[in-house]
Amino acid sequence: MAKAATFFIMLTFWILMSGMFDAFHLSLGVVSCLLVTLFSHKLLFYGEPRRSWLKSFPGMMLYLPWLFWQIVVANLQVAYIVLHPRMLDLIDPCLIRFNTCLKRPISKVTLAQSITLTPGTITVNIHENEFTVYALTRSAAEALPGEMERRVGRALEPTS
Amino acid sequence: MMEYLFLGCGIALLLLMALCLVRVVGGPTILDRILGGNVIGTKTTVLLLIIGVLYDNVSMFVDIAIAYALLNFIATLGAAKYFLRNRNLPGE
Amino acid sequence: MLWAAGFLIVAGIFFFAVGVLGVLRFPDFYTRLHAAGKCDSLAAVLVIVGIALYNLADFSPSNLLVSFKILAIAAFVFIASPTATHAVTEAALIIGVEPWTKKDEPQ
Repeated sequence: MAKAATFFIMLTFWILMSGMFDAFHLSLGVVSCLLVTLFSHKLLFYGEPRRSWLKSFPGMMLYLPWLFWQIVVANLQVAYIVLHPRMLDLIDPCLIRFNTCLKRPISKVTLAQSITLTPGTITVNIHENEFTVYALTRSAAEALPGEMERRVGRALEPTS
Repeated sequence: MMEYLFLGCGIALLLLMALCLVRVVGGPTILDRILGGNVIGTKTTVLLLIIGVLYDNVSMFVDIAIAYALLNFIATLGAAKYFLRNRNLPGE
Repeated sequence: MLWAAGFLIVAGIFFFAVGVLGVLRFPDFYTRLHAAGKCDSLAAVLVIVGIALYNLADFSPSNLLVSFKILAIAAFVFIASPTATHAVTEAALIIGVEPWTKKDEPQ
């Protein structure tokens, strides 16, 4: 099942990238997609039943616009700090750790990427449930995990 | 008029890349250099697209840009992993 | 459409400039990562989406395909840039690059 899904995603990608629809190029695409599927079908769908991927799709669609808006806000903040003439007074870097209640690997990864992209924080490492986050200012450190974890949980965690 | 905008953006990107080169050459640690290289790589991806628009041949340059983006990502990961394994940093 | 594309591209160049200034001005490696990781990914996505819009201005099927490819680059940069940042930060922490703190600053 995962193999077939990987194969069709690869084939779609091939057709999009090549933009040629004659028999020669299409058969080349099928052969190379089969080879890639044989070698690395375990990578794309990481140890989960495939149904949950379809279920989490609408949640992601709701989450992404909010995330994009947060990223714009974060960039304006970084721009303010960078362009401020006495920058060193504004920043106060510190390293914090916190535990998350998210269960699925995909939601942990989403949370980590979102933390990296939004105000003044970078995820350094995830170990089991513990996130290590490097924050640019104290206020950014105190705001974690808060709002973002709740939204990721609502978008991707199964409601049980 | 849009051509001048793209030309100006390309020149601005080149200047920014030259500024980034200061960080790549000046260090101080090896990871700063890797970071500078990553930033320059992202800019190069965008610059390739802008060159494609300027030469009126985006369909060719977009493939080069995709390959460059993939290579840039893998190069950064590889460099980070390599210096993770060799704890003794050259220089400081 | 052209105006929107132009606005997106100019905004992207502005964020690129902020990112480079941040990389040059911040005092230590970890704070530089903030500037590089955030500003670069947003700026690249803005410029790339702007170019895709500009490319769609004279509409045809082949231009649509090219725009899809350009958007694929944007999606890839959006996923890859934070991942590269994680990798470099973790390498720095394990090697033991000294972080800059407020106390080190000479009063």
